[in-house]
Amino acid sequence: MSVGIVMLVHTAFGRAEQSARHWAAAGCPVVIHVDKAVPRVRYDAFVAALADVPDLKFSKRYRCEWGTWGIVAASQAASELMLNSFADVQHVYLASGSCLPLRPVEELIEYLADRPNVDFIESATTSEVPWTVGGLDMERFTLRFPFSWRRNRYLFDRYVALQRRLKVKRKVPNDLEPHMGSQWWCLSRRTLSSILKDPDRMVYERYFKRVWIPDESYFQTLSRQYAVKIESRSLTLSKFDFQGKPHIFYDDHLQLLRRSDCFVARKIWPHADRLYEAFLTDAAGAMKKTEPNPGKIDRIFSKAVERRIRGRAGLYMQSRFPNEDWENGVTAAPYSMFQGFTELFEDFETWLARATGARVHGHLFAPDRVEFAEGQSAINGALSDSPTLRDYNPEAFLTNLIWNTRGERQCFQFGPDDNQRINWRVAKDPNAQISVITGAWAIPLFKSNFNFADIRSIAAQLQKNESDHMDVLRSTYAKARIRIWTMAEFIEAPMEPLQGILDEIGRTKLRRLSEAPRMVDLSGFGQFLQNLKNQGMHPYMMGDFPVEHGFETPQEKPRKPYLVR
Amino acid sequence: MRLARKRLRVRAYRKSLQLRCVVDRTSQVKEGDLLLFSTQRNEQIRLPYFLQYYRDMGVTHFFIVDNDSDDDTQDYLMDQPDVSLWHTKGSYKRSRFGVDWLNHLQSKYAHGHWCVVVDPDEFLLYPFCDTRPLRALTDWLDSCSIRAFSAMLLDMYPKGGLNDQPYVAGQNPFEIASWFDSGNYTISRNYHHWNLWIQGGCRSRVFFPDQPERAPALNKVPLVKWDRRYTYVNSTHMLLPRGLNLVYDEWGGEKASGILMHAKFLDTFGAKAQEELARSQHYAASAEYKAYATQLKENPEIWCKWSERYINWRQLEILGLMSKGNWA
Repeated sequence: MSVGIVMLVHTAFGRAEQSARHWAAAGCPVVIHVDKAVPRVRYDAFVAALADVPDLKFSKRYRCEWGTWGIVAASQAASELMLNSFADVQHVYLASGSCLPLRPVEELIEYLADRPNVDFIESATTSEVPWTVGGLDMERFTLRFPFSWRRNRYLFDRYVALQRRLKVKRKVPNDLEPHMGSQWWCLSRRTLSSILKDPDRMVYERYFKRVWIPDESYFQTLSRQYAVKIESRSLTLSKFDFQGKPHIFYDDHLQLLRRSDCFVARKIWPHADRLYEAFLTDAAGAMKKTEPNPGKIDRIFSKAVERRIRGRAGLYMQSRFPNEDWENGVTAAPYSMFQGFTELFEDFETWLARATGARVHGHLFAPDRVEFAEGQSAINGALSDSPTLRDYNPEAFLTNLIWNTRGERQCFQFGPDDNQRINWRVAKDPNAQISVITGAWAIPLFKSNFNFADIRSIAAQLQKNESDHMDVLRSTYAKARIRIWTMAEFIEAPMEPLQGILDEIGRTKLRRLSEAPRMVDLSGFGQFLQNLKNQGMHPYMMGDFPVEHGFETPQEKPRKPYLVR
Repeated sequence: MRLARKRLRVRAYRKSLQLRCVVDRTSQVKEGDLLLFSTQRNEQIRLPYFLQYYRDMGVTHFFIVDNDSDDDTQDYLMDQPDVSLWHTKGSYKRSRFGVDWLNHLQSKYAHGHWCVVVDPDEFLLYPFCDTRPLRALTDWLDSCSIRAFSAMLLDMYPKGGLNDQPYVAGQNPFEIASWFDSGNYTISRNYHHWNLWIQGGCRSRVFFPDQPERAPALNKVPLVKWDRRYTYVNSTHMLLPRGLNLVYDEWGGEKASGILMHAKFLDTFGAKAQEELARSQHYAASAEYKAYATQLKENPEIWCKWSERYINWRQLEILGLMSKGNWA
């Protein structure tokens, strides 16, 4: 009773020799297949180097190109040789030259001896796995693939397109259900010989020769016909990245590999000396007799693929610069933008900071200065408060700010007087929470002491900016959480909207709002608006303000803060 | 584009006539070796650490153009067993800041090799550089059919005045200049050459706050599987054919990238700035050096409260300055 190792080798012969010797030393017969593309001289040298190893044979050479039949033909030939030459082989393990046994071979032999009729081969129906690369899943069984994907990509693609147009559909012989899975399997003598001695073998071969990547489907499909018990998993730890290339293991994976309890890993970087040293020499490094547990390695590699495909949301850097609308997150974290609140409330920023614990900035996009919280001259990431630097690329300023302060909620004020270039970026950002009191820009003008003619022209400009901004926020492309009130609406019932905003920020320390910010004194504001109207400039953003508002109820004392229990 | 590339190659050949080979050890270069190309002038004090740093990484041969140094640089380099040295009195500016010279040497010696092109004050970091040699990276890039690897220039600076801590030969410069700006970089795309144009960092913040558009470019592609048809266009910022500049992902993913730590801001910088200003051999009429010179009179402190202190590459990856991509 023993395990036969079939090794497919095409490069890194030194390492292949090392692992072949390792297998052989543990009493496993080894059959090696060397790619036909390897020069004769190299091959002869390799054969000579292994001449002293007993129970080691070389099988007939085939040309093995990725995605083609050659690899299956090679495995077939080598398996046949193995089964015919070594009668006591009960399981055949398919490995490659860059595979590395992680556990003592005796443990593998024992493990397999305990499971004499079990076949370890990952085998799943195509419809149920999303592994495939290049969009060919079921089609790899129903189309023909005579052209090399590596060398003749153009012809490959054209021919696939043509067949799709012609609705070519090959029939799978004998109504087999196509299965796919890792090409690295370990089959019992019984199953393997049934596959190799099948009376219909030629029929299947003819069919699979034109299937795309048959090494991932030939044995996987046919073993379903004969196996008594299939364990649909590979005993070889092998992870693939999003292009279908195997991940490579390096010296720094040593601890991970040790803890994985897998029998064999691939693919190992040929220069990973420490790995080879650790796993091929100290046979006594016995691990527990546990089931393979590649979970942790799985997580690391799937995270790597995730990073390559989706990246970190809100990050713009040298190797991640997404096209507009392809960002997977315009910014890194939720943030809030307030327009009109500091104008309407005297102490809005301090109140908001107190109520939410967030970092509350002033007008970050003000024309003369970046108003960072607490008047700082720079902020996380050494982001400077220079308006020139900011205006050089305001979108990047915003995304940098949110990226740099990950983990801390940012709030900032905005207004029609600020740099308007970020409006679209913010409106399209699902992370943005935008609250606007339209028309509140008029309050500072109302309080100011400018010439009325100046006030009129400033008001006209601000109103235009705000109106353009509101068009952006109301467009169908806007994805932010947007709330817009006219000023008249808002001062009718300020508590409800404020509560809503705080709830959404979600960090309120108190269930209910106990303290509202102090509203500025608005007596006379209605008249001020009327004056603007009388000058021919109609302010409409703030909603309807009665002229009498200030006249009839002249408030002598400033209002008291709201107190709601 | 093809014409532009051809023109650059002719130019490189023309400028190569200015080069005189001092030591030629190029016969040592074997297939698959990692090569390094550099131009320098009067950098004797930096060279010992520089050479050692890249030797440890796995670079096997150095191709260095010495632009008429008047210190001991030339003697020092001649004694190194793995350096091939060329000397030139030609104009640094008119050879487009050394690019022409190196383009020529690369087309002659680097065909089919991975090569690193850096200045003596630039130190490459790549993912896992503390546990894997550069060869692991280039093998992986080969297996993914990637030909060019991006590494943004990261300006490092000391805490306190520039002149406070003197640098001595052989010392790790980042023992002194161990601080950097982590999150104030701006990126725009160059639709002509397809590369990204990155600016920012401490050089924008301190030296160019009023003219950010003039701040130096920080995007670099210093590691390329060279082909004799390739050419660098503008320092190592961009290459032709321009497909090599697509080192970034446009659909939201991250490609693997590294960092070039820039040890420019040391006590040696003041003298260098003065010298370079006098020679006015640098980009855009040495505008950069003019900006430095005016600031440097005050022995400025580049450090600020929000500067980050360098720990390792993993820190830079977490900060989003570089990425592991799908290499794990």
